[in-house]
Amino acid sequence: MSHPQEAAEFLKDPAKSKWHDDTLWFIRDKRDKMSHSVPEWEELRELASTIKDNVLGNLADYLEKFERNATKNGIKVHWAANAQEHNEIVLSILKEKECKAIVKSKSILTEECHLNPFLEKNDIEVVDTDLGERIVQFLGQPPSHIVLPAIHLKKGEISELFHEKLHTEKGNEDPYYLTQAARHHLREKFLAAKVAITGVNFGVAETGEFVVCTNEGNADMGVHLADTHIACMGIEKIIPKRTHLGVFLRLLARSATGQNITNYNSHFRSPEAGKEIHIILVDNGRTAQLGRENFRNSLKCIRCGACMNTCPIYRRSGGFSYKSTVPGPIGSILSPGLNLQKHSSLPFASTLCGSCTDVCPVKINIHEQLYLWRQEITKAQGTSVKELSMMLGNGIFKSPLAYNYSGKIMRMALKNLPKSMIYNPLNIWGKQRDLPAVPKESFKEWYQKNRS
Amino acid sequence: MSSRDSILRKIRSLKLDQKPLPEIPDFKGGDNLIEGFSTAILGNKGELLTADELSTKLESGLYPSVYSSVPEFGKFANQALPTDPHSFSKLDLAILKGQFGVAENGAIWLEDSDLGLRAIPFITEHLVIVLDQESLVSTMYQAYDRIGGQHSGFGLFIAGPSKTADIEQSLVIGAHGAKSLVVVLI
Ligand code: SF4
Repeated sequence: MSHPQEAAEFLKDPAKSKWHDDTLWFIRDKRDKMSHSVPEWEELRELASTIKDNVLGNLADYLEKFERNATKNGIKVHWAANAQEHNEIVLSILKEKECKAIVKSKSILTEECHLNPFLEKNDIEVVDTDLGERIVQFLGQPPSHIVLPAIHLKKGEISELFHEKLHTEKGNEDPYYLTQAARHHLREKFLAAKVAITGVNFGVAETGEFVVCTNEGNADMGVHLADTHIACMGIEKIIPKRTHLGVFLRLLARSATGQNITNYNSHFRSPEAGKEIHIILVDNGRTAQLGRENFRNSLKCIRCGACMNTCPIYRRSGGFSYKSTVPGPIGSILSPGLNLQKHSSLPFASTLCGSCTDVCPVKINIHEQLYLWRQEITKAQGTSVKELSMMLGNGIFKSPLAYNYSGKIMRMALKNLPKSMIYNPLNIWGKQRDLPAVPKESFKEWYQKNRS
Repeated sequence: MSSRDSILRKIRSLKLDQKPLPEIPDFKGGDNLIEGFSTAILGNKGELLTADELSTKLESGLYPSVYSSVPEFGKFANQALPTDPHSFSKLDLAILKGQFGVAENGAIWLEDSDLGLRAIPFITEHLVIVLDQESLVSTMYQAYDRIGGQHSGFGLFIAGPSKTADIEQSLVIGAHGAKSLVVVLI
């Protein structure tokens, strides 16, 4: 299904979607207040963006440097060209450690690689330990937001779920009570796990260390109790020097949730005595994106989620409507690079208002890239009247794509196609608005006739 | 070819422009470090106590099992550092010394030598960090300047207690790690 169809699902519960919209806007508002309290905010964004420019231009050198230093510190470095290889590496480490159950903290990369189903198929129990991630894992869902995985759920739903899974009192919806139930449940898992997996926020080439940020403390709880720590890192997460953390950590949490910093920011440089740290450097489409000049900048992303919180489409359509591991504006420029066919409607899920670009802490020109993807996709799809009417008839008129067709074709189509086709139930955009009356001539034609 | 080599080769074959690294300026930050730090800690849902207030609290017997690596509060401790952190699964309180604090956000830097075991600030039910007032710096820039190139296997900034807002964005203190953070500025 395309983005508009998925969005329609989400909008079926108007009270919930209104809550979703308001709540994310509230977080955006907190982010604004927080950023305004830092006088050099705009300079920090510029610095972060420039540092990332340097990283993308020298990525191979930095990766080698990181590998060298991390190895020197006693970290085992692995490389994975794609998701499959990443998953195989994780499995081979688990087999070597004879480990049947792991704890995992938030890692969008492992979602992207579909690590959980892969490990489960190989008889390994995976427990996501971030509270929001545990909730969606219980439901068999992916996270709907990269920072707030369960933002699409109301406490009543979570209460019911916990009653079934953790035997909490029926009907008790108190967030404190529910969180404590999860704390007790997960503590047992932490104490029992021999291997813990985490994501990585930043890898520092100069020192070979990597940094993991959480508020719950779940990443640390997992890795410090386990004997083996596996960290999964996209190759674009490299930064050159330790001092650059001083720029990125000032931006990350303020942009993400409007806090001035996450409560735990852990720097892993070498394993604790008698333990092991493995890091897997993963490509999975990143080098291809690096080669696309128009979209290269998207690799600067530090996954703060601010562009989602501010996006009028994301807030009203929910994360699942994107059907992509990273949803929202940034997901809509990353995912088409991975699978253009599957994600072709995503660049159209935007008003191009530019709010995403305005809040992005690393200054990615997100809305411009969305526009560029639209052009690529329109090119790929062909533009003849016949094809257009076939698309309409087949119900492929699912995105505002059609509005982008050259005006003449659209005006003809609107005039000549039966109304039932245009107001087809599959045309979600017709649902809450009427199509404009068809002008007899375009502005261009009018101008040409009347200019003299 | 190994994946390592093919990834590196693919990147190099793009022959991308090499843009220079910017100089990172010292933006200085606010002047009143104690006030800034205190506001930030409270904002992060931590608490601030004086050494006397902490002693009174400890004398009350609120915490049956206590570990301390800070000599000033050693008399309240009844647990020694174990070799395996799992033995601290019922620890009520840990008292640790922080190296320095950051005024702009309340973050406190600790390394292996301050922690004893890396799991301690997480596995304990409650955490106290003792910090010299003199050690405060203004921003994260100065923080990393101060850490410099020193080599510790592990280091972290702790800025508050474990918290989550994953259920309808309601803030809950005490997710997986310490349920409270008390900072004692001395
Ligand atoms: S694109 Fe920018 S705003 Fe969006 S998640 Fe990435 S860093 Fe944050």
